[in-house]
Amino acid sequence: MTAALELTDLSKTFPVSRNLLGRTTASVKAVHPVSLEVSRGETLGIVGESGCGKSTLARMLVGLLEPTTGTIKIQGDALDTSDAAKFGKRIQYVFQDPISSLNPRKTIRQIMEAPLKQLHRMPRAQRNARIADIFTSVNLREEFLDRYPHEFSGGQAQRIAVARALAADAKILILDEPVSALDVSVQAQVLNLLADLKAQLGLTYLFISHDLAVVEAVSDRVAVLYFGSVVEIGEASDVFRAPRHPYTKLLADSAPVVGRKLAAPESWETELPDPLNPPQGCAFAARCPLASDLCRSTVPRLDENGGVLVACHHPLD
Amino acid sequence: MAGYILKRLLSAIPVLFGITVIVFLIMALIPGDPATAILGAYATPENVAKLNRDLGLDKPLAQQYFIWLGNILIGDFGTSFALNRPVLDEVLERFNATLILAGTAFVLCSIFGIVAGVVSAANQYGLGDKAITFVVLLGISIPSFFLGMMMILFFAVNLRMFPVSGMWPIYGARDLSALISHLTLPALALAVVATGVIARLTRSAMLEVLRQDYIRTARAKGVPERGVIWRHALKAAMVAIIPVLGIQAGFVLSGAVYIEIVFQWPGVGRMLVDAILKRDILLVQGGVVFVAACYVIFNIAVDVAQSMLDPRIKT
Amino acid sequence: MIAFLRLLSRNRLALAGGIVMLCVVLLALIAPLLPLADPDVTNTAHRFKTPFTEGALLGTDHLGRDLLARLLWGTRLSLMVGFAAAMIAATIGAAIGIIAGYFGGRTDNLIMRGVDMLMAFPYILLALAIVAALGPGLFNALIAVATVNIPFFARNIRGVTVGIAHREFVDAARLSGMSDARIILTEILPNVVPVIVIAMSTTIGWMILETAGLSFLGLGSQPPQADLGSMLGEARSALITNPYTSVVPGVMILIIVMAINLLGDGVRDALDPRLKSGALSRPMAATLVNRTGPVPEPKGNGLLEVQDLETQFHVKNRVYKAIDGVSLHVKPGECLGIIGESGSGKSVTALSVMGLVASPPGVITGGAVRYDGTDLIGAPYKHLREMRGKNVAYIFQDPLATLHPLYKVGDQLIEAIRSHYSISSAEGRKKAIDLLRAVRIPNPEKRISDYPHEMSGGMRQRVGIAMALANDPDIIIADEPTTALDVTVQAQILALLDDLRKTRGLAIVFITHDFGVVAQLCDRVAVMYAGRIVEEGPTKAILDAPMHPYTARLMACVPELGEGKRRLEAIPGLPPVVDNLPTGCAFAERCHKSQTACRGSDIALVFDTGRAVRCLFPDNPNAEAAQ
Repeated sequence: MTAALELTDLSKTFPVSRNLLGRTTASVKAVHPVSLEVSRGETLGIVGESGCGKSTLARMLVGLLEPTTGTIKIQGDALDTSDAAKFGKRIQYVFQDPISSLNPRKTIRQIMEAPLKQLHRMPRAQRNARIADIFTSVNLREEFLDRYPHEFSGGQAQRIAVARALAADAKILILDEPVSALDVSVQAQVLNLLADLKAQLGLTYLFISHDLAVVEAVSDRVAVLYFGSVVEIGEASDVFRAPRHPYTKLLADSAPVVGRKLAAPESWETELPDPLNPPQGCAFAARCPLASDLCRSTVPRLDENGGVLVACHHPLD
Repeated sequence: MAGYILKRLLSAIPVLFGITVIVFLIMALIPGDPATAILGAYATPENVAKLNRDLGLDKPLAQQYFIWLGNILIGDFGTSFALNRPVLDEVLERFNATLILAGTAFVLCSIFGIVAGVVSAANQYGLGDKAITFVVLLGISIPSFFLGMMMILFFAVNLRMFPVSGMWPIYGARDLSALISHLTLPALALAVVATGVIARLTRSAMLEVLRQDYIRTARAKGVPERGVIWRHALKAAMVAIIPVLGIQAGFVLSGAVYIEIVFQWPGVGRMLVDAILKRDILLVQGGVVFVAACYVIFNIAVDVAQSMLDPRIKT
Repeated sequence: MIAFLRLLSRNRLALAGGIVMLCVVLLALIAPLLPLADPDVTNTAHRFKTPFTEGALLGTDHLGRDLLARLLWGTRLSLMVGFAAAMIAATIGAAIGIIAGYFGGRTDNLIMRGVDMLMAFPYILLALAIVAALGPGLFNALIAVATVNIPFFARNIRGVTVGIAHREFVDAARLSGMSDARIILTEILPNVVPVIVIAMSTTIGWMILETAGLSFLGLGSQPPQADLGSMLGEARSALITNPYTSVVPGVMILIIVMAINLLGDGVRDALDPRLKSGALSRPMAATLVNRTGPVPEPKGNGLLEVQDLETQFHVKNRVYKAIDGVSLHVKPGECLGIIGESGSGKSVTALSVMGLVASPPGVITGGAVRYDGTDLIGAPYKHLREMRGKNVAYIFQDPLATLHPLYKVGDQLIEAIRSHYSISSAEGRKKAIDLLRAVRIPNPEKRISDYPHEMSGGMRQRVGIAMALANDPDIIIADEPTTALDVTVQAQILALLDDLRKTRGLAIVFITHDFGVVAQLCDRVAVMYAGRIVEEGPTKAILDAPMHPYTARLMACVPELGEGKRRLEAIPGLPPVVDNLPTGCAFAERCHKSQTACRGSDIALVFDTGRAVRCLFPDNPNAEAAQ
């Protein structure tokens, strides 16, 4: 079976300064070449701290950002990565901030109709039926359709945003921190809704979050991102329970957990890598208790190691 | 810092170049030719053609431009037809007078405007705020030339506190006190509008800043309210105020044209209006380019001040 | 639109401006129908007739022309030219600004270079140059005024467009398959139009002044036709002998421009969403206090004691009861956690202690806050200020926003000390370095001259903590200090706080929404919902066996690391809005155990063996027996 989504060597470099002639003099590698496969019906969690490149990766996947290198295949077909319009029908995006992802000056109906009109050229009668269908599946009342976004709470607005993504009839959804802006009691409602929709409609999810516990609770597999590279990919149930990469272990140890004693998991003088002047070897070497000269000189490759993909010269057991 | 100043100065070169192009093109739009304007409607065609040749007006436009630009770069702005005097000499002398008037007004409006805005914001909805808001509204609604005329009528004619017009007394010493008494009314009339604009902007910038988290932090650590307003809030508000000061300097310079006419101030604005009415093209060209260039340099100084205030601007 | 007009008419000044403007426009419109003298017929025999003389209500000018007629016809002309110039400048400027802002990159660069070039002229020079080229005349003056204002509109609208073009809904529209042209027309433009209208309404007055100015200089309308500016220009020579010929047109300009400015401000206020909600008011130095009820007697509980505190937000005629009868206390060396969702009142509780709730709209309406027995609510500002940072210090959430961006961190630390003690700058510097060292910032001698933006989030929050420690306070109130930080940094900050509490005997009030954090740091915890404490007690006891159904369900719906993929126990419904709280239990609506009694009357917080719960049917059977 072909993978629902396959990325090969996808990377993004941003120029940060130019000289007088417009030539790039310094650049930042936001995403180092990443290769990933997501199979149909799977939820792949992507977790990482701020600045690790997870949002850049997500925006490339839906065509909002043109990748510097690499290809994106959906169901085996390569997509033209320089044209956002080609993406809409096959892959959709749910944004972190539900309120700002809805145009304040449009009714919910106008917002819902856009993908049906523009992507599917659906006639009016059919559109109304389809919107009604989608609204039922996300537990929203049809009377909401003639209201404006500011009349909704965060949780409701996020459901509307999910409904819009569903209207495009894409089978793959990129969920970029979809519950981070919501209160915990509402967060669970949205996460459950997403799980139901996935089962009903046979969707594939890429779930991006900084919250380890949320990612673990919703994903089948989890990829850990650090400084623009995938450092570990494994089954969700194992990644944080038995981390193989020292960074994954640091993350797992840092999360506040009821019943665990408070202790700083690393030394005070931690230095984060400078994106303008990236380290030569493993980006995590400066923070890593196991770092050797090899780590400081050679970038480790993402290799299979005991059923898990890990990019480390000295993986943990 | 020196690097930043150098960079800004370098970046001004294309702007200055653009200014000369714009001015030259606008002047090239003029219907008819300057020779007719100089010689009058009854000049013979031969004389007009000869003068056009002498002035280089028979050459292609691009060539005319570069000749003109080349001359400007060596300080030769040509000769005024009407005054029969080198343009640069006339402009420099007049600009000196304008600088005294506009500079004084600019200092006045910056100080009054910022102080009024801060006081207004600190007492939002209070009596002081309402009074300042009203005066400011009056200030930005009154035409400066009308205000100037009313000031002449009231302070100079009725109360005889100040001279009616001019920069120097016709007889008597040209000393500082004479200058101040001649300067007071025009500088005040000129400053009023810009004071209003700056006060309004300062007030809204202060209100915006006072809602920021770092103001709450300052209060939480026990900084006295005076320090909160005049140090923490005003410093942050200056980031928004300084660029507007730069723009307002342009408005003060612009308003000076009216005030110079009303008060018979021998400045560059009055010179330009006269030159336009007399179709003295070279004088208009030279005056506009010279004043615009000074304004560009002034704005570089504003940018440098901004970068000194705000460390987040890359130097 | 109707809402906009209603808002506009509620603004009395704007209404007055609107009425004056309406009258002026009406007079100008019907001027041809009025029985006026011909404005352009000269009659030198009747020159300089004073106002209110027979046949000339406002008198006549130096050529004996009727001033009233000239005034109305001139007003007509000035208004037309002003509006036309504003329309032209706004349309072209907005189009340029939207295109530059939306497409960005090279297009933007090229357009904005051009705009900068035009703005490099003091505006009148450009206008004069244009008039010089086109020749004097009202229409040419109009073109000149419109042209010089285009760059201002373009720059303003571009800035707004850039902000909108980067909003997520524009990305969403792109993913809905919309073309650039369609996005500009249906997504960007409707959001920019209010800004264009604001910019226009606030500049029309200015445009009228400018065209009047050019006419005043003799470069606008040409005789015999006159607009207000040229009337004033012609009258200038008779200023001293016959001042009324100047006063009449001058006052008219003043009236028109002032009315337009009033109306314009009203339009801006009605269209600007931030002003609409009344948000753009500055917070005062201390929260307003308006206590009507009796002040609770001190109970002598702990160092800091909050008793039945009530803080409300008064927005227009609505009252939001942000906190309603909150009681808490904390002892030296103790860490009290306050946990709740957004809107539960946890931050308001924290900020009320030192009067830091923004007011307006915040008002403390009841209760007491006792520090070492003395009530701080309603204490003079001077007293409150002296205690801030010295006895009770705060750490806030987002360390980038809470540090002043333009002062070096060292100076901000020194200021914290100097606000309470006068010390020399050398001493201050030494203390600041010590403080930075105490929060374990590496290389403090160098870091002291960093600006906040030069530090990482974790370092900035350590500066925030150092600032709180500056005067050795007894109590630190930490309002979600780690929420904006990454997990690895959060772990370090929490460990640091815990360490400081132990070594310095600090009392900490820690506000958070994260049970994991509470479990690791706090001795006791209070759970808040809809402005009230619903449960309070020792952390371990509550986490092991929560009594209030809300606590239990909130804990259940948060996924915890290490439990694998699963379905979460969501709480149905939404938290209530605090301007319309139900009677009885605020959680009853969402509670699986609720009964009619829950919605009947106020439910008291019941104390029992170190724990307290506000529920008629708590989960723990032991508590029921105690009732």
